[in-house]
This record gives sequence, structure tokens and C-alpha cells, in this order.
Amino acid sequence: MMTLVRNGQFVEDIYTDARDLEPVPVDRPVIVSLAQWQHNRDALLAGGQPLGIRLQSDQPPALVASELQHFAVVALEFPKFRDGRAYTHARMLRERHAFAGELRAVGDVLQEQLNYMQRCGFDAFEISAADPLAAWQAIENDHTVWYQATGDGRPRALELRQRT
Amino acid sequence: MYRYDEFDHTLVAERVAVFRRQVERRLSGDITEDQFKPLRLPNGLYLQLHAYMLRINVPYGCLSSRQLRKLAFIARRYDRNFGHFTTRQNIQFNWIRLDEAPDILAELAEVEMNTMQSSGNCVRNITADQFAGRARDEIEDPRPWCELIRQWSILHPEFGYLPRKFKIAVTGAASDRAAVKFHDVGLYLRRNAEGVVGFEVIVGGGQGRTPFVGLTIREWLAKEDLFSYLEAILRVYNLGGRRDNPNKARIKIQVNALGIDEFRRLVEEEWAQIRTSPLLSVDAAEVARIAAYFRPPDWETLPEESGLLHRLRKAEPAFDAWCQANIVEHRTPGYAIVNLSLKAPGIAPGDLTADQMDRVADLADRFSLGELRVSHRQNLVFTDVRQKDLYELWTELAGLSLATPNIGTLTDIVACPGLDFCSLANARAIPVAQDISRHFSDSASLQDIGELTINISGCMNACGHHHVGHIGILGVEKKGQEFYQLTLGGSSAEDAALGDRLGRAISADEIPAAIEALVECYKRLRSGDERFLDTCRRIGIEPFQEAVYGVGAAPRREVA
Repeated sequence: MMTLVRNGQFVEDIYTDARDLEPVPVDRPVIVSLAQWQHNRDALLAGGQPLGIRLQSDQPPALVASELQHFAVVALEFPKFRDGRAYTHARMLRERHAFAGELRAVGDVLQEQLNYMQRCGFDAFEISAADPLAAWQAIENDHTVWYQATGDGRPRALELRQRT
Repeated sequence: MYRYDEFDHTLVAERVAVFRRQVERRLSGDITEDQFKPLRLPNGLYLQLHAYMLRINVPYGCLSSRQLRKLAFIARRYDRNFGHFTTRQNIQFNWIRLDEAPDILAELAEVEMNTMQSSGNCVRNITADQFAGRARDEIEDPRPWCELIRQWSILHPEFGYLPRKFKIAVTGAASDRAAVKFHDVGLYLRRNAEGVVGFEVIVGGGQGRTPFVGLTIREWLAKEDLFSYLEAILRVYNLGGRRDNPNKARIKIQVNALGIDEFRRLVEEEWAQIRTSPLLSVDAAEVARIAAYFRPPDWETLPEESGLLHRLRKAEPAFDAWCQANIVEHRTPGYAIVNLSLKAPGIAPGDLTADQMDRVADLADRFSLGELRVSHRQNLVFTDVRQKDLYELWTELAGLSLATPNIGTLTDIVACPGLDFCSLANARAIPVAQDISRHFSDSASLQDIGELTINISGCMNACGHHHVGHIGILGVEKKGQEFYQLTLGGSSAEDAALGDRLGRAISADEIPAAIEALVECYKRLRSGDERFLDTCRRIGIEPFQEAVYGVGAAPRREVA
């Protein structure tokens, strides 16, 4: 089982990954695929349990932009570490669609990418390292200066310069 | 030139520390070579045929004498006493030990250099006109914009894992010396109808196995919109570029598949949503801060030395030849831009020894205000030489074999490392360049032939830019043997064009004679002082095919 790190802490994952489950469970917290959501919307909403949706890297979040209020979690998949589409999707979710819930990086998530992911708005990570928390801690203070502003609110070098 | 402030220094130091940790993990066996690859590549470290190769950015080609001395030190201490300047305004060291690579990065940080994003599927080194800030035909110095783009692109969290590498070039001059139309994004500083300077934006140019001349996506972009527009292009590419096949993953493939109008529509649609975002604003105070680093030096008030130079040139034909080929007009009276040819006969194009580097650094201090440039044609440039010092400088450079009077001529050859170093190559490039330069070493003859560029690539990845050579030479492998395909009529300048294939590939031995045949054909058929390229364009490829392969070998064009 994958370990979930959220905001630098181990957290218990209350969600069931429903990708391979048929029928989709409606009696407990689940993370469903886009297709499962589209086919089972009413039943899932009727249950009242927390919901998450898992989007593939070729499924832009605009597809669910009008329904984001139903999701406590959006999980964006990195099928391979070098497929960088979800970075853009994450920023769009946070900055354009104002998604305020948990934004989870799943799939081929490398330790060295956690910084970039965090800056793009991810706050939870399924880290595939032997010791995920150590992996997180190792990178947490790697970089203190960034040239670009993103929606995570950290000042860029420009603002730091202007403060000094 | 730009100087790091404390934040730039911190960022680079942090990067070195991270890389040191990653190398330690690799050396201890904690991670495999496969796992290490995505960590080392964004730090410019390749594994080549014989050893690790380290690629160091020279952002937009600007190099100080102090930095060059550090490169000499690295060549001596960590390599085999030489470095290789590339077409990307980088320098590469070919014989690097993995355990020493973090130390080299730390040495570079001391002189405000780094290897960040010199490889990997991210925004690469920003390149520019090597005469930026000095050229007479310049509308505006592009270097502050290059530096702004450099900072915007370095460790950009959204664009570190693009479908493929991404190259940006900028020029502010009328003559394109930066191959702008062969970049993923190219920027020309242009005046609009109201006289305001902004950018013409080119997209989708590139070489490799599917070469394209870039297309104009926007005739004019206001400077304050630079980052939002670049971000919109990168987003459309990041989301829509092909990821199934690395050979089809560059933005040029996406632009060509969609058509420029549809690609433009997608970019404009994204741009409309982010154009006014404060995250992407171009801060006027920051632009001014960075531009201040590129303020012109305090040039002396000097007379044009035409009389003196005329006398010296008349008295010394070798000096005259050098002036004619290697000196470029400077925007300030009494000064000159001087090209140092790294293409002496028999030299691997772009190579410089550690001793030469040290001496060049000394000469830069003595004659060029400590500043030099690296050109995309693998030469060096002194930006600010007093005309009255030219003769003395020439004497010094001649002693270093750096005064070959061949800039822009047939022996000013661009070549990739080829099969001598590169693990991708199918054929050697360096010995071919050496053969040609030895064959045509007579400078009077070179001057008669005039402007003629030769570019050699050891494989279809086209690192030697053979597509855009007036004569291009592409190494191919057939049944375990090296052959070379010639192309004719390419240009990377403002008259950008891809070369046409001449005919069947030939062996390395046949190349000097084939080039000679092309040149003789040109000399026979040129009109007045027409360049080789213009003759090719006027008369077409057939006379050249006959010159190389014999009469009847070329297919006749039907006459309507």
C-alpha cells in the first residue's frame, strides 16, 4: 500500500481507491475515476460520503470544473515521472478553478519532484520511496529561493529583493 | 554583464548541495543509473561514449575573463586540458569523473555560472546574438530580456517535465545572428507602427530529423506581456505536445500538426486567461535593475582609426586578411568587435585548451574591458577593442593560433562532436571538419570565395546544424560504414531556409573534392559579388549536382 504524506506528515488515507471496483462503493469515502463519476454521479452524491476523483494526465480538470464542489480530493496521476501535464493541471485547479480541497499527486511520484509539485499546488503525495517521510524531509528545505510566482503564495526572488 | 545578488547566489548554492546529495546516493549504490539519469541530466551531466560529459551554460553567450579563467582551471584540474564550445552558447567538458562533478559545480558557482537546465526536457540555455549591445544594426540590446527569461525559466515548477527540451533565442538586431527561426520560441525585438519596441514571436522552428523554419505566431507583443505569453505557449505545448514518441515531441511537430492558426488560437485563448495575472507581471523596477547591469561601458571618446588601419593593413597582408574577415563594426566610433576564430586548420571546431583560455582571459582584460562572448558558430568574440589596439591584439592572437582569418568563410566550420565523443552519432564530424580546413587553408582563396558556411552533423539529430549550412554535411551509417549526405542552400540567418539534398551520400575521403567542385561551380556561375548562397538560390541545385556527381547524374527539371 502506498503511503500518503500530506503537508509533511504521514496521514491515514481514509479513501478507497475505486478504480478497479465494480460496482462503485457508495457507502464509504472513495476516489473514483472520471468515467466512474460520470456513470454513477447520482448514486455517489446520494451517499453523502466524502468523494475524490482521480484524473489521468490526459484529462484536463476543466472537465469537472463545474462539479468541483463535490470533491474533497482531486488526485492527479503521473503515469511516468516525465509526464509533466499534471503540473499545469494542478495550477489550473488551484488558480483558475479555485479548488481548495486536497490536491494529491499519485502514480510515478519521485522524491526529487515534490518541490515542483508543491509549488504547483499539490499538498498530498503518494510517495514511492522506501521511507516516504524521510524523502519528504530531505527535499523540504532544498530550495528557499524561486524565481517564479505560483499560486502557492511564496514570494519570488523579485519580492525578496524588493524587501531588502 | 549580469551579476548575481544574494538570492541568485543562494539558489545556485542550494542547487549544488542537492546535486551533491544525489551524486552521493548514486555512488553509494542507493539509486541505480536509471534512477540517477533524471537527476543528473537537469544538471548538465551526460553519460557519453567514454566518460561523463558536463555541459555548462554561458547564458546568452556572455562570459567574463574571470569566468573564462575558472573554465581553464576546470579544464586543467578535472578534464584533459581542453573544453569545447557548442552551438548553444555552452561549453562542454568531455572527460569528467562523476565523484568530482559536484565540486565542479561548486567551482562554477564561485564565478556565477551553473549547469542548471543545460539538459533535460525543460527550458534550456537562453541564447542570443553574440554582438548584443555592440552591434550597429541593433534596435535594442536583447540581453536584459534574455536574463529576465533565464530567471523566469530556471526551476520553473510547471515546466520542468515538458514533452521535450525547449530552446529560446532572442535578438535585437536586423541581421539574425542567433538562428532565431530555428528555436522552439524565437524572439525578435521589433518596433511596431507607433515606434514602440516589443517582440515578434516565432514558434516551432527546429532542426533534427524533422526540420522546420519557425513561424510567426505574433507580429508584435508588448514587453509587459512577455511572461504571460511565454507561459501560454508553454502550457499549450505541455498539455498538447506529443509524449508517445520522443522524435515527435518537440513543439514544431505540434505546431505543424495543428497549423499555425489553430496553434495561435489555443495560445491566445490561454493567454486571455492569464494575461493580467499578477503572478506573471513584468515588473518595471526589476527590468530596470537588470538592464542596469547591461549599461554600456564607459567607452572612451575616440576617433575612427581608418587612416592608421589603412596603413597597417596595406603594410601587412595577413593583418589585412584578418581585419577583413574577423572584425565587425562597433556601434561606438574608434572601437571594433573582434571575432576570435576557434577554427584554425586541423582543430576540432570550438575547442580551446586551458592555456589558450587563460591567455584569452588576459587579452580580454587588456583589450576588451574583461568581456567576451561565445557565438553559436563556436567562436569567441571580444566586444570592445579600441581600433588602435587591433594590430597588437592580432599579433597576440596569432601567437595563440586564434587569429585565423576565416570568420564566415568556408573553413569557419560548425561541427558537433560526432562519433569521437557522442553516443548518439552515426559518423565522425571532427575529422571531416579538420580535412576541409586543411584542404582550404589558403586565406586569399577563402576571401575570394567569400561568405560560405559549412555545418557538419554526425547524425540526424543535427547538433551541427547541417540543415542550415550553406553547405550541410550529415553523417549517416550504411552497413557499418560512415557516409556523408550533402545539402545545399540552408541558412540560419534572417533569410532562414533549409538546405536541399544534393544527391547520394559520399565517403569521408570524397568530401574535400566535392566541396571543391561546389566552390568551383559557384565561382564559374556567380554573378558579380553574389554570395554562394545567393548563387544557389538563383541557379538551383542542378549545376552543383553535376559538378559533384558528373553530367547526367542529376535529374533534369522539366521545362514547361
